[in-house]
Amino acid sequence: MESEESQMSKSEFKPLSQEALRLIDREIAKYPAGKQQSAVMSALRIAQQEKGWLAPETIEEVANYLGMPPVAAWEVATFYNMFDLEPVGRHKITVCTNLPCMLSGSLHVAAYLKEKLGIEFDETTADGQFTLKEGECMGACGDAPVLLHNNHQMCARVSKDEIDRRLAEWRSQ
Amino acid sequence: MSAHALILPKFDGDGGDVWRLENYVARGGYEVLKKIVAEKTPAEAIIAELKASGLRGRGGAGFPTGLKWSFMPRSFPGDKFVVCNSDEGEPGTFKDRDILRYNPHAVIEGMIIGAWVMGCTRGYNYIHGEIFEIYQRFEAALEEARAAGLLGQNILGSDFSFELFAHHGYGAYVCGEETALLESLEGKKGQPRFKPPFPASYGIYGKPTTINNTETFASVPFVLKMGGEAYLALGKPNSGGTKIFSISGHVSRPGNYELELGTPFAELLQMAGGMRAGRKLKAVIPGGSSAPVLPADIIMDCTLDFDAISKAGSMLGSGAVIVMDETTCMVRALERLSYFYHDESCGQCTPCREGSGWLYRIVHRIEHGMGREEDIDLLRSVADNIPGRTICALGDAAAGPVKSFLKHFEDEFIYHIEHKECLVPPARQEDGFLIPDYVSRPC
Repeated sequence: MESEESQMSKSEFKPLSQEALRLIDREIAKYPAGKQQSAVMSALRIAQQEKGWLAPETIEEVANYLGMPPVAAWEVATFYNMFDLEPVGRHKITVCTNLPCMLSGSLHVAAYLKEKLGIEFDETTADGQFTLKEGECMGACGDAPVLLHNNHQMCARVSKDEIDRRLAEWRSQ
Repeated sequence: MSAHALILPKFDGDGGDVWRLENYVARGGYEVLKKIVAEKTPAEAIIAELKASGLRGRGGAGFPTGLKWSFMPRSFPGDKFVVCNSDEGEPGTFKDRDILRYNPHAVIEGMIIGAWVMGCTRGYNYIHGEIFEIYQRFEAALEEARAAGLLGQNILGSDFSFELFAHHGYGAYVCGEETALLESLEGKKGQPRFKPPFPASYGIYGKPTTINNTETFASVPFVLKMGGEAYLALGKPNSGGTKIFSISGHVSRPGNYELELGTPFAELLQMAGGMRAGRKLKAVIPGGSSAPVLPADIIMDCTLDFDAISKAGSMLGSGAVIVMDETTCMVRALERLSYFYHDESCGQCTPCREGSGWLYRIVHRIEHGMGREEDIDLLRSVADNIPGRTICALGDAAAGPVKSFLKHFEDEFIYHIEHKECLVPPARQEDGFLIPDYVSRPC
């Protein structure tokens, strides 16, 4: 069973696109010659944006591209919490619940999202559209409550109306 | 009124193009750099000016900037680096985001001046993972500076060259610690290094490196433009100049307010629109979540400067002011902070990795009505045994809130343990976690 699964993931595995490699090259150019490992976080980010999540094969491909041991790239991927080592929905929503956001209603935001999507934190909707995550401080406490869409788009001062609007927008993308 | 905005430009709406090079130049930007390059101002003169200004690091530790810059072995042959720490993840802190969003060129100019003073050839700005849009803006500002000959080879036609790049983090609070940040810049797990050696002798790639906070770099052009003494006069002795205070929590208008150091806390609270829904102030964490909490009566008598806050038993830290009103359950508030530190401990040192987990689990059981009589002593004992036994200060940061919450609000913890419920009625708390007015306003 296990070997069948890994066989399947291997046959499904597609290398990174030329566009992704071009973006990674741009990151590598920021560091001194021979220090391309410094670009590993950016390279993993670019790979994750393209693939949706970081499969072991993707991490290995990034490591090989940067000429570093795969285990070193794996260490990085497991250390930073915005990397997804398991598949997530097309839209990952991370809600900050840290103290300043909590004082401004983030628990209401989380409860409303759970109710609307019918999932708890760390779960994905059955249609594979949405994953809900609990996040740590995003450095935007003055705009609390905040949430993050697919790691890159921050939504500030979110209300119920705003959540309804955003969910509809993302669903239609 | 002690609002004296140097770093945060004035603007309407979402700020529009206020961040662009042409607008920074129109505000007098890059004049200081141009003068330094044209007159070949000696590094020693700039360091003397910074020392006279009393400028202290704005990232939390408050180390004098001029002194830090003087530690760099300027004449040491080979590459030297200057690094900006924009990895802002301390709960309550959100000033660097606004500086990079509205005035990125002030940071760039400050870093170029730093490179000039310390003989650096290359620099990086390490930007917090969750603010990707801000990272993109900073990259765009760098492009503008390069195109204008302010960065790169032969800056402004001189023989001074300096390359500057943005590095994007991806979610690790500990990388705000300077040596963890360096490890992360090298493409590794962000685990702090032993000090010594300090970054000035062994930094990124083993080369001399100086790391300053975003606001510190952004302050440099303004300090040099007005002169060290005039800058010092804006604040208080030993706390020179202006500081951006990030105020969050139960206030009507949370946000960033740039004030002269030494401004009374009451004035900041008033600028932030006072307490939300007219409620009573209960407690304030004055310098980011790792700073000790202060009850209302103490903070209301404080001025906001390094010495006054320290005398009151807390620290000014990054200037992140978290305001809590009378509906806040202090056990619940501490539980959330303790969870954060446990979650973010890098795991390298046993006292922090295990101790932060113990602290969280004990506070969690008190909050959930399963607390034991001996738990308060146990919390104190664990909190006393972490600081000083770890490589970096994250362990201290995990212990600090526990000790200060117990110092000022022990009665709430005891009530929780004895009555298996909260001193603040749960219905009232729900009310307290009210969404602020601006959230229900149509977008």
